[in-house]
Amino acid sequence: MTALKPAANLQTGIGRESGLSLQKQRQKAAFWFLAPMLIALFCVAAWPLLRTVWFSLTDTSLNNLYGGKWIGFDNYLRVQTLSNGTVRYRGTLVDPAWWNAVWNTVRFSVVSVVCETVLGLIVALVLNAEFKGRGFVRAAILIPWAIPTIVSAKMWAWMLNDQYGILNDMALNLGLISSKIAWTANSDTAMYAVLMVDIWKTTPFMALLCLAGLQMVPRDIYEAAKIDGINPVKVFFKITLPLIRPALMVAVIFRMLDALRIFDLIYVLTPNSASTKTMSVISRENLIEFDKFAYGSAQSTLLFAILAIFVSLYIWLGKVDLSGEGGK
Amino acid sequence: MTANKLLKSVAFYALVVVIVVFSIFPFYYAIVTSFATGTALFEANYFPKAFDWANYKAVLGGATFPRNILNSVFVATTTVVFALFLAVTASYALARVRFRGRGLLLMTILAVSMFPQIAVLAGLFELITYLGLFNSPFALILSYTIFTLPFTVWVLTTFMRDLPVEIEEAAIVDGATPWIIITKVFLPLLWPALVTTGLLAFIGAWNEFLFALTFTSSESTRTVPVAIALLSGASQQEIPWGPIMAASVIVTVPLIILVLIFQRKIVAGLTAGGVKG
Repeated sequence: MTALKPAANLQTGIGRESGLSLQKQRQKAAFWFLAPMLIALFCVAAWPLLRTVWFSLTDTSLNNLYGGKWIGFDNYLRVQTLSNGTVRYRGTLVDPAWWNAVWNTVRFSVVSVVCETVLGLIVALVLNAEFKGRGFVRAAILIPWAIPTIVSAKMWAWMLNDQYGILNDMALNLGLISSKIAWTANSDTAMYAVLMVDIWKTTPFMALLCLAGLQMVPRDIYEAAKIDGINPVKVFFKITLPLIRPALMVAVIFRMLDALRIFDLIYVLTPNSASTKTMSVISRENLIEFDKFAYGSAQSTLLFAILAIFVSLYIWLGKVDLSGEGGK
Repeated sequence: MTANKLLKSVAFYALVVVIVVFSIFPFYYAIVTSFATGTALFEANYFPKAFDWANYKAVLGGATFPRNILNSVFVATTTVVFALFLAVTASYALARVRFRGRGLLLMTILAVSMFPQIAVLAGLFELITYLGLFNSPFALILSYTIFTLPFTVWVLTTFMRDLPVEIEEAAIVDGATPWIIITKVFLPLLWPALVTTGLLAFIGAWNEFLFALTFTSSESTRTVPVAIALLSGASQQEIPWGPIMAASVIVTVPLIILVLIFQRKIVAGLTAGGVKG
């Protein structure tokens, strides 16, 4: 912890008493330095989040934001007993569309993050080797990352176009498919299309994070392993992987959180397709488009809760150090 | 032995070629398409047949697209300047001053930068209509602060932690207040970090879609991603692929150039932040 040092050194340098008051003075300054940022974050993050939770417990509608009545947890689950004795369940928690979205989100996130991690590691291993044109390759893989998500969605939508798309043309010429496929419109292939684009777009990010981890592994370890004649595959699994595990864990959680909240790619690439609709997409649909503001709020609150639980479990079980303070 | 070695290096370079082609091809194909018009658009051409600027003229000569670009530039720049302004002092406090609860505060800031944006959408919608900002660029500047501010604070904190202690000590011995230390001592050293962080935050704001889609309602207030997503042709069935690709190329080329110029710094910033910009 480098931050500890100035105070400690100053105390010996200037004298204990003035050192202490200096520390107090610095803490006071720190408070005023942090205050504007904290107020701004409260206004754009904490307050809207609290309001969303509040809306989810009311029957507010989009056109009448202040006319909502408290209805408790009815948006989540409402049990009605009809006069003839049958019990009816209503609310998000028994809504098949919501559970379909949850399943889509989980499926998308797990598959995309696993693929990106494996591919990212491969790309990072390539970039970690010394060869001619390495700088060029590193510049090339930055391009998918730099392209706005909407633009990549449109680019791929065009490449995946059923009639004129170049990917169908390629696959036909190579004999991989016998007839043109409507990748984004067909419910069987829509998820593959989304995964393809997401993996293309975010593997560079993963590769760069893995590369940063790989570059911290001292070279002489590899030299020693080479002299001992150990199989490179064994070196990777026994030496490299354990050493870059902390960097990898952090990269995976960031990617996972990003994947779990995905909205833009799916909204543009496969609009209104039940087979790709994620939690974010269905929440916004209810919030803004279907005039079920409170219902959508309940769904976005659930999304937030799911993510919060997931992150806590991940950090706790994986012993991930995110703050960067412990490692320094 | 040598044959084996040759085989290995051929396999390695084949892998390199696959990576490069896979990375570059979609954008290359977008450029090829953006120069195609008429029937050439509906043939799968791997190389450009002719350089026809008609799509670019259509997009840039259109009623709203130039305006959309200006909107994006204004929103992204203002957001970044605002975030950096607040983040410099805050990250000094977080990186250099020891106080109770600092670790918790850092974790909270990181958590906010990872917020699912949909979770605040309803509350932000209320706030924005209450302030009368709906369908104005300021609605976007306000809402983008939720990801640009925590990101800039987080990355600048990691940069500031690495500045040498001795400089600060010397300044304190000379009687400099924390404010003087930030503005006169640290800021000149932080320029590279500010450029990197600012650029990453700019890319994030430039690419944002969910808030821009929700908080704008007319064509002239849209930002570039929304404009591209909603670009439509004369009829519902006819998607104007040529102009869409031209618009995509127009908004992506400056980003790619910036990213390639600041390549090394961006990689450093990304790994320091660990956050997707």
